[in-house]
Amino acid sequence: MTENLISVMSPLSGVLYRKPAPDQPSFVEEGSQVKKGATLCLLETMKVFTKVKSPVDGTVAEIHIGDEDTVGKNQVIMKIQS
Amino acid sequence: MSFSKVLVANRGEIALRIIRSLNELGVRSAAIYSEADSDCLHKELADEAHLIGPPPAAKSYLNAARIVEVAKEIGADAIHPGYGFLAENGEFAELCEKSGLAFIGPTPENMRLAGDKLIARQTVAAAGVPVVPGSDQGFSSLEETIETCATIGYPLMLKASAGGGGRGMRILKDEQDLREDFAMAAAEARAAFGDPTLYVEKYILRPRHIEVQILSDGKGDAVHLFERNCSVQRRHQKLIEEAPSPNLLPEVRQAIHASAVKIAKAIGYRNAGTVEFLLDADNQFYFMELNARIQVEHPVTEMITGRDLVKAQLSIAMGNGIGFKQADIQQQGHAIECRINAEDPTMEFVPSPGTIETYRSPGGFGVRMDTHLYSGYDIPIYYDSLLGKLIAWGSTRGEAIRIMRRALLELTIEPVKTTKPFLLQVIQHDDFVSGEYNLDLVQQILDLLENQEDGF
Repeated sequence: MTENLISVMSPLSGVLYRKPAPDQPSFVEEGSQVKKGATLCLLETMKVFTKVKSPVDGTVAEIHIGDEDTVGKNQVIMKIQS
Repeated sequence: MSFSKVLVANRGEIALRIIRSLNELGVRSAAIYSEADSDCLHKELADEAHLIGPPPAAKSYLNAARIVEVAKEIGADAIHPGYGFLAENGEFAELCEKSGLAFIGPTPENMRLAGDKLIARQTVAAAGVPVVPGSDQGFSSLEETIETCATIGYPLMLKASAGGGGRGMRILKDEQDLREDFAMAAAEARAAFGDPTLYVEKYILRPRHIEVQILSDGKGDAVHLFERNCSVQRRHQKLIEEAPSPNLLPEVRQAIHASAVKIAKAIGYRNAGTVEFLLDADNQFYFMELNARIQVEHPVTEMITGRDLVKAQLSIAMGNGIGFKQADIQQQGHAIECRINAEDPTMEFVPSPGTIETYRSPGGFGVRMDTHLYSGYDIPIYYDSLLGKLIAWGSTRGEAIRIMRRALLELTIEPVKTTKPFLLQVIQHDDFVSGEYNLDLVQQILDLLENQEDGF
């Protein structure tokens, strides 16, 4: 089985939230095991929230954004080792 | 009394709308803007503009203390909140008045009553206006809700006492739905409004959304400016509104207008407001909620009455009364408004921010475009997706639809995606053209488009 580094890109420009609420822990950290469809972060664009989900089963290898960072469309936000 | 300077605590098209009326009245207009809005048109059109804070709304347009501070510093007499942001925040209105600033809108008490859906229901029922059959009190446990639901009868709507906008809201076909959805709806209500209290209302089949524009001076004088039909909605968000409502029986229409005025008088309502009703297939109408603000769709009422509602708001806030009597308000022709949102209708209406490379406004007889767009404008990611409102007025409803169609075709906004192609589909749909439509129309059209290869 070959291992791949999969880039997760922001589907829209917006503000990223790594936590479900300010007083709660982050959805994932580097090294977190994730299942396909697991929420990695929230994206807020024009008052609409969308979940950014993991495209694969794997391990969060790299996180390229901080909580409440502004991101552009198709910007790489995380990489998942699958 | 007259104001010499008014601070407009908003952005986008509604800030422009208010500034324009202030400019006409010779009242000095003061805009506020966030760091994300330094290229916004409301900053240009106002007599003066003041930076209020960083891009997120919580740090700028929702920063009540800072806004009041700026208003005091610049010597404003009053604040107009527009809609959204702080418009229905009773504490903000109270802060303004305590600081010696007139709040151009309802009283804090009016807003608290409007904001608590359960208390609003009880107050309206006590005034003798029909409300949707439902529970008289709120629930926090499933067990007590089951009993009440069985008494009223399914289908039902489970709703949050503290809120609106669809959150905490569920349609219940039967007791099983209630058992499955109660906990989740309560959690949503707590997250969104800080209060998990729920109540139930009878689910109305094929309802029409009919709302009445009211103006009231808070001292016993109240008038209505006819109704609007806002039944073209997607997920509780209005897309098209029109005035007057098509296919409304004259006696039902009069009863709805009279009920709205009765409510305004019963609660001592002050300034402009909207009373929303649901009308069922049997022409029974029920009070739904009171919107304590100037609404997005107010221009359709302005077009059929020839009355500037923002100027009326200013007159009331200055203590000069509404300025006209019920008998003075005449209706002429028909008006339709289409909301142009930065949303992609082919991708489930996902937001579509970006830079507008080309903006070309429609024009000609019967066309009004309220927008803050211009070529080169960069739509920020931080705020609402509403880019503008296209309003068409015609001497008849048929003419208004034809004017709207050609005006939508003239409108050019590129390259961002907008609701324009979807709006064109709706206004040409048989049920819209006949006026025989209800709140199910948008879903019917979406289902239809989904089955086509090239929907738009």
